Amino acid sequence: MINKQVSSVASAVADIPDGATVMVGGFGASGSPIELIHALIDHGAKDLTVINNNTGNGEVGLAALIGNRQVRKMICSFPRSSQSKVFPELYKEGLIELELVPQGTLAERIRAAGAGIPAFFTPTTVGTVLAEGKETRDFDGRSYVMEPWLKADFALIKCETADPVGNLTYNKTARNFNPLMCMAATTTIVQTRKLVKSGDIDPEHVITPGIFVNRVVEVSDPVHEDTLIAEGRRYP
Amino acid sequence: MNAAASTGWNREQMAARAAQDIPDGSYVNLGIGIPELVAKFVPEGREFIYHTENGMLGMGPPPAEEERDLDLMNAGKKYVTAVAGAAYFHHADSFSMIRGGHIDVCVLGTMQVAANGDIANWSTGAPGAIPAVGGAMDLVQGVKKIYVITQHTTKTGDPKLVEHCSYPLTGPGVVSRIYTDLAVVDVTPAGFRVVELAPGITFAEVEEKTGAQILPPG
Repeated sequence: MINKQVSSVASAVADIPDGATVMVGGFGASGSPIELIHALIDHGAKDLTVINNNTGNGEVGLAALIGNRQVRKMICSFPRSSQSKVFPELYKEGLIELELVPQGTLAERIRAAGAGIPAFFTPTTVGTVLAEGKETRDFDGRSYVMEPWLKADFALIKCETADPVGNLTYNKTARNFNPLMCMAATTTIVQTRKLVKSGDIDPEHVITPGIFVNRVVEVSDPVHEDTLIAEGRRYP
Repeated sequence: MNAAASTGWNREQMAARAAQDIPDGSYVNLGIGIPELVAKFVPEGREFIYHTENGMLGMGPPPAEEERDLDLMNAGKKYVTAVAGAAYFHHADSFSMIRGGHIDVCVLGTMQVAANGDIANWSTGAPGAIPAVGGAMDLVQGVKKIYVITQHTTKTGDPKLVEHCSYPLTGPGVVSRIYTDLAVVDVTPAGFRVVELAPGITFAEVEEKTGAQILPPG
């Protein structure tokens, strides 16, 4: 009987090697798999390429992973915000690389990887510096820029409900990049607030089918990045 | 500043004026800053459905602090609510709505907009600045109508409506209408044209504060 449940966040991330490319779900604080990220900090894999929309906030979660100098390169659309300081400081000192990708292009590159489509054409960035050096082509009289798929070795995902075969549902806008990243990684690791029996999620309500998921770990009372920051916490 | 404050439109009035031009039933995406205020001034008898690019249609106003849901945010990462009939979806669907031309109107702030409709609102291009683009380039290329709300000049008095953008472009030739504290301005094949002057503002004053040729109303 298929059971993708693993017993702890530590065992869930234990085989992530140095140099891996890791997608991290979430948009800002919502949908960010904080417990899996902290487990990755404890595990210590370094020289990572991390894909997320942002670069974390405060000194917890993704910002703490970056601050712990485990990340060589960030691929994201918006690397600064009102509460991000770890990435900006390292970037200004030339200690971390940045690949800037418009948000919709980032989402579609990830989706394309999961869908087996090596590249696609988008109007986004046409006529801007972000299109420089990229192949363009005209369709129906309009120019489009070619963008390649974006794959990862691992994805760290947060969801609301999971079952043992890896079917997932999400909560509100915490869905964001999570379903796309599940599709695009070789190994998808999910933390779920509730782990239910097979059959307890109505098949009509499944958002991510279990075929895209490899490991599920229950984190029944997940911390939230905004709460940790408000409390002045840092990790480790 | 005192003289300027006695004439023209304030932030709320600029947003209210922009709201007048959005048809009933429109799907609308509002940028951060003054554009967010448009939601406060929906004309009587009209309903807009708000899209937020992190994955929601039917975004409602901010919640009371004790009622906020930490998993319910807008693209500016502020806590919001969901109205009856709202829908959640992932980022690829959300940007399919944008890029695929399904969103009717996007109202954005800007650093510069040019007489040919070019917009520059994502980066000053200054050395050492950390570039951050978010969804701006997707929005300007995909949404059917791009409206801009902005002060007519910068804090130091430099024009924001210019002949050519000196900052890096977000997108070329995409803006159709601009709402400033002084006027409503259309981007036409002949360049900027004033559609309406704010109370107490003369065309000569708008012309003086615009960094490109601008045509009078009519």
